[in-house]
Amino acid sequence: MSDKTLYTVTIFSENIVGLLNQITIIFTRRQLNIETLSVSPSALQGIHKFTITTFSDESTIDKIVKQIDKRVDILKAFYNTDEDLVFQEIALYKLSTELFLKMGSVEELIRKHNARILEINEVCVVLEKTGHYVETQALFKELSESIGVLQFIRSGRIAINKSKVERLSDMLSLMEKKRLEKEADYHE
Amino acid sequence: METKKITGSEAFLRTLIAEGVDTIFGYPGGAIIPVYDCLYDFRDQIRHILVRHEQGATHAAQGYARVNGKVGVALVTSGPAATNAITGIADAMMDSTPIVVITGQVASPLLGTDAFQETDVVGITQPISKWSYQIRKPEEIAWAISRAFYIASTGRPGPVVIDFAKDAQIGLVDYKYEKVDYIRSYQPVPDLDMDLIAEAADLINNAKKPFALVGQGVVIGNAEKELMTFLEKADIPAAATVLGLSAMPTDFHLNKGMLGMHGNVGPNRKTNECDVLIAIGMRFDDRVTGDLKTYAKQAKIIHFDIDISEIGKNVIPAVPVAGNAKYTLAAITELITPAKHTEWVDSFKIDEKEEDEKVIQDELFPKSGMLRMGEVIRRVSEATNNDAILVTDVGQNQMMAVRYFKYKQTRSVVTSGGLGTMGFGLPAAIGAKVGAPNREVCMFCGDGGIQMTIQEFGTIMQEHLNVKMIILNNNFLGMVRQWQELFYKERYSATIMENPDFVAIAAAYKIAAKHIYEREELDGAIKEMLSHDGPYLLVAEVEERGMVYPMVPAGTCVTNIIMGDNQ
Repeated sequence: MSDKTLYTVTIFSENIVGLLNQITIIFTRRQLNIETLSVSPSALQGIHKFTITTFSDESTIDKIVKQIDKRVDILKAFYNTDEDLVFQEIALYKLSTELFLKMGSVEELIRKHNARILEINEVCVVLEKTGHYVETQALFKELSESIGVLQFIRSGRIAINKSKVERLSDMLSLMEKKRLEKEADYHE
Repeated sequence: METKKITGSEAFLRTLIAEGVDTIFGYPGGAIIPVYDCLYDFRDQIRHILVRHEQGATHAAQGYARVNGKVGVALVTSGPAATNAITGIADAMMDSTPIVVITGQVASPLLGTDAFQETDVVGITQPISKWSYQIRKPEEIAWAISRAFYIASTGRPGPVVIDFAKDAQIGLVDYKYEKVDYIRSYQPVPDLDMDLIAEAADLINNAKKPFALVGQGVVIGNAEKELMTFLEKADIPAAATVLGLSAMPTDFHLNKGMLGMHGNVGPNRKTNECDVLIAIGMRFDDRVTGDLKTYAKQAKIIHFDIDISEIGKNVIPAVPVAGNAKYTLAAITELITPAKHTEWVDSFKIDEKEEDEKVIQDELFPKSGMLRMGEVIRRVSEATNNDAILVTDVGQNQMMAVRYFKYKQTRSVVTSGGLGTMGFGLPAAIGAKVGAPNREVCMFCGDGGIQMTIQEFGTIMQEHLNVKMIILNNNFLGMVRQWQELFYKERYSATIMENPDFVAIAAAYKIAAKHIYEREELDGAIKEMLSHDGPYLLVAEVEERGMVYPMVPAGTCVTNIIMGDNQ
């Protein structure tokens, strides 16, 4: 693991059945584990965005991303390291209401970790924390060691590129322009 | 255009016809019966060739596509038929062959229920196809089928799989053909980058010892003329990969032969001597490069390819040139200055002489002993005026055939390069003959490979296909035997074959055949084979212990060449 870096792979695709499989088999062939995965509709209608993190060396990730980009229904794929990105994960913590109320330092805990309380009922309390892995992990550790965590879930990473704007819409309009030119040639 | 409701099957066949399809290789079954029923009405427009196994349908479609550049079509049913087709799909992916494979599928309400003859075709084929799509509604047919042909045939070609649910075959649809020629997420041909082309031209203009590697990309891009103009202008010697072999005629003065594990000595040695290495439409396969750590380290490498994911995959070039070879070669030819590298070009002759003395003379003109594979192949090639299409199986027969056959025209080599599929030869020869009916098709195979798809004799019989088939019989799985002799202390584990009477099998399929054992019989038998009006099987008993030399052992440096006993 020592010579490997955590890369964030961002993929824009058409919303077609089976695309995730097409992407993951490319990781499988090169024996790369997917650390986190997040898929959602993008800002552009009908286009989905995948954010995948994986430990790799640069040469391998470069090849993998080219292989992904090559798939017919993938619009664009690229990779970044953490320096290029603003990124976030979200974590939910389910705690025993009884123990939570007894622990006494709730305000301090919430302030320190910048967490939120989403739900309190007779049985459980659900906290939410957003942050980097180390931050959500720190709260998990603190809670585990004090009152225990009944359930814990962390999302995949979502990320935004710091260095450049999301140019997919530019790319799409360029492609549309090319198509129209091609059509015009055809009709001439 | 007016539309009227027709069945999905009819919409499918009308789309095939609109896409220019006039031939299908296939095998019917439960989940594709509606299409076959409809095909009965279109039998004057679409020739259906009934193969004897679905693997044969895909290989035949490959052979067809490879000789004429059109998209080959295979039509099979669901489940086991689809899984039988897998080998041909994977082979077409490795060798960039445009085929569309249509598999029947259970009716869509049954999907995912483990219905009879259901299999997850899209899931299985995604890693081995360029595109794989399941049609569940008749409304998708026009779009999906046209898209399939567009994807299969453009850019770097490849196999497309269409999984066709039975209810979509039966359902009615308002059909209108609409050609797909644009997909926003798919750019088949990268834009030309004139700066990189200028950079590459600059390297070539300053080269003292340039050397070009020619791959199948030249053939696929119909760039043979552009290639030869380019090579001639700057006087660049060239060698081809197995799949690139017929891009240049064998006797073209700058053609220095074949690259790779069993390639010619000169091209392999010169790879590590040249100062600028120009790779055109090839992908630096390990059978070409050997050990990458010692591969062409002295050279500045220029890599022309249409598939940018190939550039830098195995070998990192100094200058990458993405694009269709037809246009990139034309563009760079404009920028290079005419040059002469006489001494360098002539230096190949020393290696040629050495190879001739140590390997070729014995292989082509043995004084005694049993027939050699090489001599049989060369005699057949010459008897066809070196103008036939060569189809091979895989193994020693393949390496010998590509080495000793000669080529005058492009698209004259049909062989399984990347996947190395034994059993490819016979069905691919069927496709080649159907795809190029006016050309002689000579298929070489071993006694092992022929038995993997020997049932296709039935297809040849039924379709009266004039294919000339030559079994080079050494009663061994020869290539494995060769490795066992060289690298496994002559422990011949599971490579000895007790073979059937191939002539009797051919006779059962009404195919003329002859078995020869002696050198004296060879020319007469070849003459008889080629003058016979119809398919013919020639079984030549060849030396059991025949070896393919030269050989660069796997994973070693390309200059580490074994010449065999005579070195």
